[in-house]
Amino acid sequence: MSKKLHVEFTVNGDEYDCLTEPHETLLDALRDKLMLTGTKEGCATGDCGACSVMVDGRLICSCLMLAAEADGAKVETIEGMAAGGELHPLQQKFLDMNGLQCGICTPGFLVAAKALLERNPNPTETEVRFWLAGNLCRCTGYDKIIRSVMAAAEEIRGA
Amino acid sequence: MHDILEKSGFNPDANYKVVGTSPVKTDGYDKVTGRAKFSADAFRPGMLIGKVLRSPHPHAIIRSIDTSKAEKAPGVKAVITRDDFPEKKAGTGPGDMSRMVIAREKVYWEGHPVAAVAATSERAAKKALKLIEVDYQVLPHVIDAKDAMQPDAPILHDYLRTKGATGPDAEKPTNVVEQSVLKQGDIDKGFAEADVVIEKTFDSKPMHQGYIELQSCIGNYSDDGMVDLWCCTQAPWVYRDRLTAIMDIDSSKIRVEQSELGGGFGGKTTFYIEPLSIALSRKAKAPVKMTLTRAEVLQGTGPVSGTHSKMKVGVKKDGTIVAAQSELIFQTGPYTGSAFVNAQQAIWTRYDIPNVETTCYEVVSNRPKVASFRAPCVPQIIFGAEAMITELAEAIGMDELDLRLKNAVAKGHTTIYGQRFDEIGLIETIEAAKACDHYNSPVPEGQARGVSCGFWFNRGGETSGTMNLAPDGTVSIMLGTSDVAGSRLSMEMMAAEEFGIPVDRVRASLADTNTLGFNRVTAGSRTTFSSGMVVVNNARQVIGELCRRAAQMWNVPEDGVVFEDGLCKPASSNVGEFEPLSMKDISSKTTYTMGPISASSEMNVTGAGPGFAVHIVDVEVDKETGFVAVKRYTIVEDAGKMINPIQVEGQLQGAAVQAIGWALNEEYVYGEDGKLQNPGFLDYRMPVASDVPMIETVIVEVPNPRHPYGLRGVGEVPLTPGPAAVGNAITHAIGVRPRSLPMSPPKLQALMKGVG
Repeated sequence: MSKKLHVEFTVNGDEYDCLTEPHETLLDALRDKLMLTGTKEGCATGDCGACSVMVDGRLICSCLMLAAEADGAKVETIEGMAAGGELHPLQQKFLDMNGLQCGICTPGFLVAAKALLERNPNPTETEVRFWLAGNLCRCTGYDKIIRSVMAAAEEIRGA
Repeated sequence: MHDILEKSGFNPDANYKVVGTSPVKTDGYDKVTGRAKFSADAFRPGMLIGKVLRSPHPHAIIRSIDTSKAEKAPGVKAVITRDDFPEKKAGTGPGDMSRMVIAREKVYWEGHPVAAVAATSERAAKKALKLIEVDYQVLPHVIDAKDAMQPDAPILHDYLRTKGATGPDAEKPTNVVEQSVLKQGDIDKGFAEADVVIEKTFDSKPMHQGYIELQSCIGNYSDDGMVDLWCCTQAPWVYRDRLTAIMDIDSSKIRVEQSELGGGFGGKTTFYIEPLSIALSRKAKAPVKMTLTRAEVLQGTGPVSGTHSKMKVGVKKDGTIVAAQSELIFQTGPYTGSAFVNAQQAIWTRYDIPNVETTCYEVVSNRPKVASFRAPCVPQIIFGAEAMITELAEAIGMDELDLRLKNAVAKGHTTIYGQRFDEIGLIETIEAAKACDHYNSPVPEGQARGVSCGFWFNRGGETSGTMNLAPDGTVSIMLGTSDVAGSRLSMEMMAAEEFGIPVDRVRASLADTNTLGFNRVTAGSRTTFSSGMVVVNNARQVIGELCRRAAQMWNVPEDGVVFEDGLCKPASSNVGEFEPLSMKDISSKTTYTMGPISASSEMNVTGAGPGFAVHIVDVEVDKETGFVAVKRYTIVEDAGKMINPIQVEGQLQGAAVQAIGWALNEEYVYGEDGKLQNPGFLDYRMPVASDVPMIETVIVEVPNPRHPYGLRGVGEVPLTPGPAAVGNAITHAIGVRPRSLPMSPPKLQALMKGVG
């Protein structure tokens, strides 16, 4: 058995630690060690974006990062998005505008969209579409996702 | 059918308060916060991890399997092979199902499961897989259905003889499962009457359903013989009954519990790893969790049928279509079950054509067994059929929507398969398409437009469900159909409408197989329709009971009570002066009346309203690269009465983008070695947000008279015309007809160079 590594990081502001094998991904650690299953696996090759999380302020596919690499990092996942129990405007717009159907890709879209709006609070439709091109959705045809993100951006700008 | 429903079909004069609105779906909250529990999000104490060993060969005899080394590997608790399943006769339903789950005499495709391991970790299980020794005798393979029909093709099953075949070859071993003819009128006479006859061939490659949720399950086989299966499924009861069929376990001892379903589109109507997890659990004496990888999903689970088709259609100068003859070949994987009959029946069902002959062949070959996908077998055939309609219109110089309108079926039409149409909305749909903004906008410079028209039957079938009234007056619903995109909300809305209460006072949950009677697969666009019937019937039973209880409490005759807006009231002043009783007033006092109030309905639901759609699409084709950009897309569709408009729109938009993926990109690519070359989302490329425009919808509402709320299924119709509409648009852009799906850049480049 390979030697396990002790990894410490914060997730959504809380301190966590776990023992991880060298080959284990951050996605595996979040889901199987920390039981934070809101982050999804859709491909494990970085092609679907269902496992999107923020690491030290950068949007990444957690299936492409080893857990050991996250040692000391600040990780943000879907579970931390509703700060203080209040839904984020993106979450609320996805609900109000039917931006989700089955919901499996939704956490990844929300995390990615939040990263976009933090960088660009006033994106065009084309900018939203290209920013979210790393996230696959098979149910919605993207229409209502894009509209939800645009509406949330508008609300945040107005707030 | 139940009395309460029979007395009332659709009421066109009703004024709805809840139906027709778009409240937030209740299951959405957990989905935007990451708390929703999908199949892979479950864990059980003492759980092991299972992995599958898959065949590296597309076709081989299994001489032997030696698992002894794997069994001794660290952490390994069980190894299973074909020997852990009872042998079922090859070529029967259970025989095919059992052999698809785990290979017996032969492996039939690259990725066919051969063995499985349960171990204390995924890593230990994967290491053990490498220690299993399988001795294969590799056989020649065949991938394409047309190749498989050749006289010298490798034969998959020695026992197979073509059902429906006549002549000297009928008794020879073959890969053709079935030859089937559906016809009406006199096809030769029909073509003799035609002024223009067009004949063309088309083909399509398989695409995958592409759900984002990987199949995952936890099987637990207890020592008392009880089986618990947690999984994502569109068909809990069907899984249960098929487990019984292939594992000889009593259905009463199997409880299938459905997770949130992360997409299915037909692909989760059949099981793959689920029986393996149960067999592993039985041997390991612990729960076993199994999760597929994306490569395993693409290699091992059902894509759709690839097809070859030949079509010949004749039209008179006045636009009357007089004859349509087709020969359709469906690839089904190693076992029968392509559901080609859907295409045979649906190919021309939009039009009233007197002389029709459609011959179908279902063919086995060395690729994964196909599974249902939104209108199984229909979109890839309509791809050709609607190309023919467009070309006929151009040949006689008629507007192509006018040609479709002239031949459109209407109420009273009897289809080739014997169904007499009640109220249908095809004519209204085509007229709405003609009137819509997209169709009336000039085609932008550098772009071209295509239209097409599609159809799906919509289904009903066996459905069970219950409803319980709690002492606080709120209503809980237990559903047997799965929720693929918001059907729980639609059920809550119909119940709220029946009771005249806010939708928030009703909650629907998804049942496990021990909770309700049998439910057919959640497929065929039947869910909101069929479970909706059950919900309405249950609500009306509960209302009847509320009135009985009120009568008892007031000591008046039952017909002296009416129910309105959530209240039992005296029917008239003659009954007496009583304060109205709320649902809570009655349900909180059931201990003084006749006990709890609940209802249960078990139905074989009929009366699903067929659906029709017209798609309009504008494309821009890069003449150098063959890349197609979809610039504008509109779906015009008859949804019957919409329960929840925003969810109906969502169904249509999602289908349009799946159609775009199928039309332009998605396909299974095989090498000469019979191995799948693109088993991942990088190379099996589904549309992403930057590939597509907003999808416009024009929703026509011709109520289905056979449903209390007039609804029609909307899940499948909106995929059916999609690839054809894109094909027609590309044809208008480049002046040559692409006749092969997907219409990928290399194919279009070749066509434009005149070598395709």
